[in-house]
Amino acid sequence: MSALLEVDGLTVGYGAAPVLHDVSLTVQEGQIVAVLGANGAGKTTLLRALSGLLPPSTGRVVFDGADLRGVKVERLVRHGIAHVPEGRGVVTELTVDENLRLGGLWRKPQPPLAPIYELFPRLAERRSHLGHQLSGGERQMLAIGRALAAQPRLLLLDEPSLGLAPRVTGQIMALLRDLRDRTGLAVLLVEQNVRSALSIADQGVVLSLGRIAARDDAAALADDADLRHAYLGF
Amino acid sequence: MDRFLFLTFDGLSRGAVYAAFALALVLIWRATRIVNFAQGAMAVATAYVAYSVADATGSYWVGFAAALVAGLLLGAAVERVVMRFIDHSSPLNGVVVALGLVLIIQGVLGMIYGNEFRPAEAPFSRDAFNIGGVALLSRYDVFVFAAVGAVVVLLTLLFTRTPTGLRMRAAAFAPDVSRLLGVPVGGMLTLGWALAAAVGSLAGMLVIPTELGLHPTAMDVLFISAFTAAVLGGLDSPIGAVVGGLIVGLVLSYISGYLGATVAPMAVLGLLVVVLLGRPDGLFARSKARTA
Repeated sequence: MSALLEVDGLTVGYGAAPVLHDVSLTVQEGQIVAVLGANGAGKTTLLRALSGLLPPSTGRVVFDGADLRGVKVERLVRHGIAHVPEGRGVVTELTVDENLRLGGLWRKPQPPLAPIYELFPRLAERRSHLGHQLSGGERQMLAIGRALAAQPRLLLLDEPSLGLAPRVTGQIMALLRDLRDRTGLAVLLVEQNVRSALSIADQGVVLSLGRIAARDDAAALADDADLRHAYLGF
Repeated sequence: MDRFLFLTFDGLSRGAVYAAFALALVLIWRATRIVNFAQGAMAVATAYVAYSVADATGSYWVGFAAALVAGLLLGAAVERVVMRFIDHSSPLNGVVVALGLVLIIQGVLGMIYGNEFRPAEAPFSRDAFNIGGVALLSRYDVFVFAAVGAVVVLLTLLFTRTPTGLRMRAAAFAPDVSRLLGVPVGGMLTLGWALAAAVGSLAGMLVIPTELGLHPTAMDVLFISAFTAAVLGGLDSPIGAVVGGLIVGLVLSYISGYLGATVAPMAVLGLLVVVLLGRPDGLFARSKARTA
């Protein structure tokens, strides 16, 4: 099976100093790959580079056989990649419904929102609320729901558990696992919450100071005590 | 009492024009955080286009349509060629560039058409007809209300009912996130400038026949009134711009009616100072609308 996303030798920097060195990884269809590591390890930079928010860098990014270098950020979603940025990226001045519609707006005809509301009944209740009236958990659901409205094949998810209660984090992780199993959605999941991430991931990649320090099956990573102590802090 | 009624209707008619022009300022401020000080000059430029086209075709309405089309094109061009490249690290940059545009546009207009007043015809009679024995409204006033009302309704429908309107709002509020969702943010900015400039052109076409006539600086005074209206409305709020425009129109009408027309230009500035001192966020702005 050829990989859905293939990252090969990616080096990225803000200004002159590179933040990512020679990072390579693959994500298969229907696979959740967790990107782990301490603050400043380059996790968010990796996602931003993949979606073109950071300027072109050396290395190759191939999605479903297509080279993503030079693809404009606003075209990315048309390739089947949805990026939920850190801090959730809900447009707070728009309503829940408008945010969701925005996700699928580029598709013709526009996809129905009913399946999203079915997935997140809470959002259906708050359909006409403005983004800034939502709780943190609701915003995260909205951001994920909006990404799903684009019917992507790969979800880039940046710290979905940030600032959320453990119970809400658990719900979101369960939802991701369920989506993968039911629809074959692939997820590249950046998380500081290592336990949660490894509990649903198939593969794990550990970043340290911008380099890949380890890569293995999620279960093996969770069992590797030395690695956990050295890089993951538990 | 009759005089009061007359001044009220006259004020609302002027206020409608201020409202349209303030709306154009708000559209651009919301999308780019730039107060388009060049909007008056841009509107005058398109009024000259209308003048030339009407002169060539003999039809006021062909000229009118030409002004709106020229507004769309000029707005898009200004965004694409100039405003897109402004460094937003200081809010002053946008102001300086816009003021530079004013000088360029007014200079070029003066070179082409000369710095003299040209008579601008109104498409309808400006004589007020009597309602219940009181001369309140002219046919031209009715035209002004209808034109501004139509613009407000069309813009409202565009922004609240169409996918393009949703894209434009999202691009204005959250450009980075919008890009990730597939919104062509640059295109939305260009469209926003084009629409705003066309609305500005409409305001210019409506006001110039009621003033001294067509001149490269014909919109300077109107700009101050409309800017006051936009600030009064909070700069961020389209509804605020419309209400602010009507309020400024009424205030100026009463002042020039009861205190004399020569007081009016000073009164506009006075009103602007009062608004900035008393309610700098405007009547309708949500918190932290404005930092400069």
